[in-house]
Amino acid sequence: MKENFTNEMKIEFISKSSNEAFARIAVAAFASQLDPTIEELADIKTAVSEAVTNCIIHGYDKKQGIVKIVSKLKENEILIEISDKGKGIKNIEEAKEPLYTTKPNLERSGMGFTIMESFMDKMEIESIVGLGTKITMSKTIKPKLENEDEDFKMILKD
Amino acid sequence: MESKFYDEDKLIIFKITDEIDDHSVQMIRRKIDYEIQRYMPKKIVFDFNNVSFMDSAGIGLIIGRYKLAKILGAKLELSNLTGSVKKIFEMSGVLRLIPVTEN
Ligand SMILES: Nc1ncnc2c1ncn2[C@@H]1O[C@H](COP(=O)(O)OP(=O)(O)OP(=O)(O)O)[C@@H](O)[C@H]1O
Ligand SMILES: [Mg+2]
Repeated sequence: MKENFTNEMKIEFISKSSNEAFARIAVAAFASQLDPTIEELADIKTAVSEAVTNCIIHGYDKKQGIVKIVSKLKENEILIEISDKGKGIKNIEEAKEPLYTTKPNLERSGMGFTIMESFMDKMEIESIVGLGTKITMSKTIKPKLENEDEDFKMILKD
Repeated sequence: MESKFYDEDKLIIFKITDEIDDHSVQMIRRKIDYEIQRYMPKKIVFDFNNVSFMDSAGIGLIIGRYKLAKILGAKLELSNLTGSVKKIFEMSGVLRLIPVTEN
C-alpha cells in the first residue's frame, strides 16, 4: 500500500487554547495550495478548530500536553490527522452522537464531531483510554469550473 | 465586541466582531453577561455580521445566553447569519428556539 502524497507538513504545539486559532490558520494556509473556495477553506478551518479544541479541553483537560497535526496533500485531496496523548475516549460511538458532551457545565454543546463529519468528506476516530486520541479527516477540493477559464480566454484574446 | 443599549425599548444589541472559538468565547461571554446584568434588557440581539469565524463554541455561547435570558424574562434574537455561521447554527437546532432576522 504505497500512497503518493505530493506534499506533507507536521506541526506540534502545547495544549493552550490560544493555539486554536494558530492551528486552524496554519492548516488553512497549507490547504490553500489546492486552490479551495472560501467555503471549502472555512469548512477545513472549522473542522480543525473542533478537533484541536477537543484535544485541549477533553484530551488534556487542565494538564499540559502536546497536540500534533499532520497534513498531507494528494492530487486534489487533503488529509488531516490531529492527535493528543491525553485521556482517550471510552465509548467512541456515544461520543459521536450529536449533543453528547461530558462537559455541559462549560457550555459545550456536543456538536464537535457532528460538525467535523459534515464539514469534511470523511472523519475517523481512533482512541485508547489512557493513551490518547487521533482524528483523521479528509476532504476533496472540487476542481474549479471550466467556465472560469473560458472567461479568461475572452479577456486574454488578442 | 461592541454593544448598545436602547433604553426606550429595553433593547441591547451585541455586535460581535471577534472570531468565536473556545479561547475567545470566555472573554465574549464575560462581557455579554456583564452588560445584560447591568441593563436588564427585555430584548437581546446578537449581530453576527462581523464574525469571520465560529466553531461549536458559538453554539454553547448562544444556548447559555438563551438560558440566562429566560431566567430574566428577556427575548433573544440572532441577526446577519451567513456562511458557515449559519450552517453551524442550523445543524445544532438552536434556530428552532431562537428567531433570526436580517440587518
Ligand atoms: N481528544 C479527546 N480526548 C478525550 N475525549 C474526547 C476527545 N474529543 C472528544 N472527546 C469526548 O467526546 C465528547 C464529544 O465531543 P464533541 O466535540 O462532539 O462535543 P464537545 O466537545 O463536548 O462539545 P462542543 O464540541 O460542541 O463544544 C466530548 O464531550 C468528550 O467527552
Ligand atoms: Mg468538541
